[in-house]
Order: sequence, then structure tokens, then C-alpha cells
Amino acid sequence: MTDLKIDSRFTDPDSAYRLLIDAHRGLSDEDSAALNSALILILANHIGDSAMLAQAIALAKTTLKAGERKAPA
Amino acid sequence: MATHTGTTPDHRTLYQFGYRRSPDQDAAEPARYPVVIVGAGPVGLAAAIDLTLRGIKVVLLDDADRIGEGSRGICYAKRTLEVLGRLGVAPPCLDKGVVWKVGKVFFKDAQVWQFDLLPEDGHAMPAFINLQQYYLEHFLVKRAIALGVDLRWRNKVVGIEQGNDGATVRVMTPEGEYRLSGAWVIAADGPRSTLRGLLGLEWRGEIFEDRFLIADVKMSGDFPPERWFWFEPPFHGGHSALLHKQPDDVWRIDLQLGPEADPAEEQRPEKVVPRLKQMLGHDRFELEWVSLYSFQCRRIDRFVHGRVVFAGDSAHQVSPFGARGANSGIQDAENLAWKLATVLNGEAPEALIETYHAERSQAADENIRHSTRSTDFIAPRSPQEVRFRDATLALARSAPFAQRMINSGRLSIATVHDTSLSTPDVDRWNGTAQLGAPAPDAPVEDAQGKPIWFLDLLGSAETLVAFGAVQQVECRLLLEGRDFHDRRGLLRRRLDASDGAAFLFRPDQHLTARWRQPEATDIAAARRRLRGH
Repeated sequence: MTDLKIDSRFTDPDSAYRLLIDAHRGLSDEDSAALNSALILILANHIGDSAMLAQAIALAKTTLKAGERKAPA
Repeated sequence: MATHTGTTPDHRTLYQFGYRRSPDQDAAEPARYPVVIVGAGPVGLAAAIDLTLRGIKVVLLDDADRIGEGSRGICYAKRTLEVLGRLGVAPPCLDKGVVWKVGKVFFKDAQVWQFDLLPEDGHAMPAFINLQQYYLEHFLVKRAIALGVDLRWRNKVVGIEQGNDGATVRVMTPEGEYRLSGAWVIAADGPRSTLRGLLGLEWRGEIFEDRFLIADVKMSGDFPPERWFWFEPPFHGGHSALLHKQPDDVWRIDLQLGPEADPAEEQRPEKVVPRLKQMLGHDRFELEWVSLYSFQCRRIDRFVHGRVVFAGDSAHQVSPFGARGANSGIQDAENLAWKLATVLNGEAPEALIETYHAERSQAADENIRHSTRSTDFIAPRSPQEVRFRDATLALARSAPFAQRMINSGRLSIATVHDTSLSTPDVDRWNGTAQLGAPAPDAPVEDAQGKPIWFLDLLGSAETLVAFGAVQQVECRLLLEGRDFHDRRGLLRRRLDASDGAAFLFRPDQHLTARWRQPEATDIAAARRRLRGH
């Protein structure tokens, strides 16, 4: 099984981030949530690997309420 | 440049200069100079010094006669320091300034990212120094005066008339008005540029609503000389904060207040002191300067209007995150000075000045782009933008890709000019040097074997640097092994120089052409090209 790639893969990460911000500019919060859901499905299908998707979900889950814990030293 | 929505009213004067009557004020016809510079801030002063060193007579006008309190611009980047080095102003800046290169980013109560801006040695200048703008301006004024620059305080430009071969400004002084002509006029008169208003030029770009509080506090802190940036710290609920060291035990604190903050209310010491106490954990500090600001990321369309050339904040403005205001302004001045000198000396057509617009508006766009993206991250505009930002910060603890996306300001580095003045490469090159970028520095030895920095050797003249015999060239030639020695091989590595290679540098030290095995005709063609032919 290959591992989820978590190293930086964009040559210009700032422009990728800006694309996401731009996509949401002017949307209501509800529309933003809908857009994100569609986007996740599209990207998940593009990856086309359930094991990989499960790894991504596990990583994303670590961030929930992460701010309330100190990072390991 | 940030627009200060109000500052503490009792700003002390730090340096006072006197108005002096000029004989030009009694002339029947306007006196004419090669260059009239409007605005004696860092940009106008740098331009005046550079032009004077290039043998061009300038008059520098400023509507004030003092340098006031308030540190304003504090971070000066490596390339700016190299320019100041060429202008003879770097030593006092380096002596006084706080050298730093490490930045840390915190999210809530934990560090999530750390960067090191210059992880490589063998450069004369550090990645950054912090220095109050009033010190920089004072060092520049002293240098300008030592060079005999005609610096006229309390000379306020109130009108301008453009002609075919110059422009005439109307100047108001305490003793009335007079007129003054320049073959060229440099508008270095800041974000509220009078000349921009007189020419009716519009801004194009974005205005941001978030308000930020700057406080300079004096304390003997036990923080290291690093840039610390917090997103949502426990001491400043929901907002961002910045802490950065300046000379004289002064610390810059920058707090995001949100769009609704009331400028008058937020600057009252009764309001400011408790905020800072919460951040610092004690109240053993003295408030030196407080200002509230909001900012714009915008520029004017064209930087050259007839014989009037805009430089610095009069032409473009960015948010302070990234230190791209004063740094890009000083780099504007350097870009313009050699071009004006070359045109005024009759060695290049006027079209060369058009490349100032092309190159520096490219730099302005790059700075605005970086600055806007940083602002998206620092001051998110919607709940969804906050979620993206917070998810990035939370992921950064375990995922390197997210660390790269954290944006607390992308700090100023020199623009690589994609310019018609450069001769396109025909050979393949590695190394760190880039066509259109400033030369890399390196420790070398001069002809006598004395250690010298490469950029000091290069100086302010167009120069061919060759690693092997070349045929007769008409510009200054620095031959490795004869005129200097690259004993450590660092310069060779950074330029990717092979035996016989040659590199042509502009008078502003930017690499403009390079060859593995040049012919005399190649060099001559590149020299014509860099003059705008």
C-alpha cells in the first residue's frame, strides 16, 4: 500500500491556496459547504483509491479540536 | 504602505533640519537641473545619493523639515542592504540594526512552523535587519549632505507643468513660491503623493477593511531577535499578533483588531496598555509609539508619465506583512538611477526609462500578489476562509505541505526581472544566479589577495566578469585570476561558471547576459541591448 503524500507538492503553494479562497469569495456559508463537498468528491474520485482516502480522512480528523492540545514536543 | 488612520498627536521631533533660501528662488527664469526629486523619504534619498554618485546633479525637495518619531518601516531585506552598501550607507545601518533570520509561527498556544531566511553563509549582508525608519532616513540624510546633495526642506510642490524635454514644478516655501525645472522629475512623495494628485492618476487594486494596531514598546525583553507571529493566540482572542525586535530595546507589536475597531478609542493608553500586558505577561514596558492602520494593495497603471517618474509608495502600496513597501521602493530608486544617468549622459535613448516602468511594475505586481495572499491568510474575510486557515494551521503540526501554506507574510526578496534588457540565455545554466536578478554575493580576494565581497568589487559600473581570457571589451572587465581571485570557489559555484564563461552585470548589479564561450560580438550586442537599443 502506498502512503498518503503529505510533503509539499505544489511548486507555488500560495497560488493553490488563493485558488481555493477565490472559489469561495462571495458565497454564502451554506454554498461554501456545498462547494467543499462537491470538491472533496471530485478530488476523491480523482485519487480513486479508498485506502488513500481513508488515510486522508484519518489525517484530517487529527485536526479537530487540535488547537486545544499542545503539540508533542 | 499602510495608511495610518490616526496617530498619537504628540510626536516628538527626532531630527530637525532648517529651511534655507536657495538662490533659485530669486531667479527670473526657473533654474534647470537634470533631475528634481520630490520627497526626502528613503526612496527619494536613495535616488538622490545614487544619482549624485553617478555624477548627476539633483535637487531634492521635501515639504517637511524634520524626521519625526514613529518607527514605521522596520524590516530591511538583504537586497536593500546591498543597495545601501553601494550607496555607502550600510555600515551605520548594520551597526545599529538588529540582525535576524528566524521566524516562528504559533497557532493558539503552540508553535507550528519555523523558517530560516538565509541558511547559507558567504554573503556580506544578512537576510534582514530591523531598524526604525527614522534611523535609516537620518543615515541617508547625513550621506546625502556629505555628498553635497542640494536638499531643500519646507519646499512643497504645489503645481507641475510638463514640457517636451522636462517638467517644471511650482514650489511653495515659507518665503513664497518659485519654479524649478528638471529634465526629469522623480515623484518619491509617498502614499499621498501630491504629484499623483496633480497628474490625476488613479489607484487600481484592493482596499482592506481590517484595522491593525502598531505599538512600539520599550522594555528589556527576554525574547530572541526573531519574528514571532501568532494566529489566534490565547492573549488576543481570535486575532493575529506579531512581535519583532528593534534597536534600543524597542519591540514592534502588531495586533489585528478587526474591521470595526474605533481608531480614537483603540489608541488610548488605557485601552492599549492592558492589551499589551496580556500579551507580554507583565507591564514593565513603556509605550513609545502607537498607531492604528488599515492598508491597501494597489498601484497606478503607469510609473512613467512624460518626464515624471513615480517611485516607491507614490506608485504602489502593499500591506506591511512581508516588508515589501520600503524595500521595493529603495529597489525602484536603484533601478531608476542608473537608467536616468545613462540617458542624461547621452549613452542610451529615452526608451530606456520605459524599461523602468516595465521592470518595476512587474516587481509591484509580484509584491501586491504576495501581499494580498498573505492578507487572505492573516485576515480571513468569511467563516469559510477562517476554516481554511485554521485547518492549514492544524494540519501543519503533522503535514509538511500545510507548513508551506502557512502565510504570515512572504518576506521581501529581490524580483527577478523578466526584461527586454536581458540577453536570453543560449547556454544551459545551474547555480543560484538568475538572468534579470541581482548578482549573488560571495567572498573573494582582490588583485592583491585582500578579502573583499564580490558585490563591493562589482560596485556601480556595468561590468563583464570573466573566468578566462576574453577578447577586447569596451566596458569594465574583471578577470578572475588577474583582477580578483575566487579561492573558495563560491562565486564560481553560485554563477555556475565554467572555464571561459563570462557574465555581464548592469550598473545596478543585475545579471543581464552570460555565455559559456563568448564572442566579442555577443558582448557588444548585449551591451547595446541593456541600453534599450
